[in-house]
Amino acid sequence: MEFLQPADLREVLETKAAHPEAVPIFGGTDVMVDLNFDRERPGAVLDLTRVPEIREWSRKDRRLRVGAGVTYTRAITELGGLLPGLAMASRTVGSPQIRNRGTIGGNLGSASPAGDALPPLYASDAGIEVASVRGVRMVPVEEFITGPRTNALRPDELITAFMIPEARGPQQYAKIGPRNAMVIAVCSLGLALHPESRAVGACIGSAGPTPIRPHEAEGFIEGVIEEHGLWESRSEIPASALERFGALVAEAAKPIDDVRGTASYRRHAVGVLARRTLTWAWDEYRRDAG
Amino acid sequence: MKLRLLVNGEPREADIWEGESLLYVLRERMGLFGSKNACEQGECGSCSVYLGGTLVCACLVLAGQAGGSEVVTVEGLSEQGRMHPVQEAFLEAGAVQCGFCTPGLIMATHDLLARNPGPTEAEVREALAGNLCRCTGYEKILAAVQTAAERTGT
Ligand SMILES: Cc1cc2nc3c(=O)[nH]c(=O)nc-3n(C[C@H](O)[C@H](O)[C@H](O)COP(=O)(O)OP(=O)(O)OC[C@H]3O[C@@H](n4cnc5c(N)ncnc54)[C@H](O)[C@@H]3O)c2cc1C
Ligand code: FES
Ligand code: FES
Repeated sequence: MEFLQPADLREVLETKAAHPEAVPIFGGTDVMVDLNFDRERPGAVLDLTRVPEIREWSRKDRRLRVGAGVTYTRAITELGGLLPGLAMASRTVGSPQIRNRGTIGGNLGSASPAGDALPPLYASDAGIEVASVRGVRMVPVEEFITGPRTNALRPDELITAFMIPEARGPQQYAKIGPRNAMVIAVCSLGLALHPESRAVGACIGSAGPTPIRPHEAEGFIEGVIEEHGLWESRSEIPASALERFGALVAEAAKPIDDVRGTASYRRHAVGVLARRTLTWAWDEYRRDAG
Repeated sequence: MKLRLLVNGEPREADIWEGESLLYVLRERMGLFGSKNACEQGECGSCSVYLGGTLVCACLVLAGQAGGSEVVTVEGLSEQGRMHPVQEAFLEAGAVQCGFCTPGLIMATHDLLARNPGPTEAEVREALAGNLCRCTGYEKILAAVQTAAERTGT
């Protein structure tokens, strides 16, 4: 097995172009499990941890470029104020040891339908920065994740970062699992209020082949908020509309039965999570009025 | 390939196969058996070490990724033959039965108290969530962490 460890962006892209079969590794929390159990024996492993451009994040015009190698721990401590939904999701990941190593880029690379970093990226329309020696392209996260454990990366490409607007309103993430830590989500829901663009972003996790944006539910609740002038008045959202929002989210899910839960439980639960997260986020929006 | 590390303050070198984990190198190439190998999938925490000052599961670090870095294992916590207060607290509280989980729990407790010298019980539970113990039922471990916090916090 070859161990490749380039030290800067140009070198890492050239190395990937020369060794398209090399398996990238950052935190190793997915890759190493496969190596340790001999499920995979790649000819080459490409360590990305030494590349500053992949490790760093920056902020410009209220938009963030977050390097693929930002860990969950750093998302919580450094980005908690700017991306509260992602920070909440990060707090639910594994244990301190896993959060210290595991990265959001690795979650995009693995593309598990249960990946906890993904719903917050969907709910804020993140773009994935993908780079190769041929250049850089930006792929909306909804197009980047193409199926269970598959993504839009070509063999010579790496995920260098994701671009996301900093939060302008409350965000929430809720996850169901048998204990408070160290669990893969049975199902989850990410939600973001975007008062400036008068939009509500939502995304279902772990109840379909990929994370799912419930577009109809989003459109419905945006309509209710608009119709009642709630962005301005900051009054309560009518209970019947919350119910309907939950039902539409449940309808949008495409769950399956597996060891972690049944399809019908998941469908029911994402509806409940949708109603709750919207209530929590809206309550915060109302409080923020002062 | 050749791997160079700073382990518990000492420069170390080993000839390794590229696919080995840091845990394998520490135990099988360097003879440091304090870090335990139980699951090799990040679930049990018994292989917890500091890598560049960050608490990690050594089984999930590809050895080459640690090249040139500083690693501290449970063997590196004692000073001049004296146990670290976290280690003493575990012994006194009876938080050690078979002892297999103990090195990992001591590393995780050490890390918690460095970040948060006076943790609440909820914070302790969250910090130790990635360390499994099959023997003690955890009560004495929680007590040991409180004792260690009282002693190291002052
Ligand atoms: C004990 C344990 C608990 C866990 N709990 C959770 C959890 O609660 N929620 C959750 O979502 N996940 C969980 N995971 C899974 C894992 O931690 C996450 O998927 C994590 O985000 C992976 O990041 P990493 O940096 O460790 O990825 P790696 O293992 O380094 O890589 C993962 C995949 O992405 C590819 N890759 C990594 N970086 C890049 C890049 N920049 N460009 C292109 N490809 C890349 C790799 O080739 C590989 O296919 C857990 C894992 C363990 C071991
Ligand atoms: S052996 Fe590393 S976490 Fe279990
Ligand atoms: S004392 Fe035996 S596993 Fe914890």
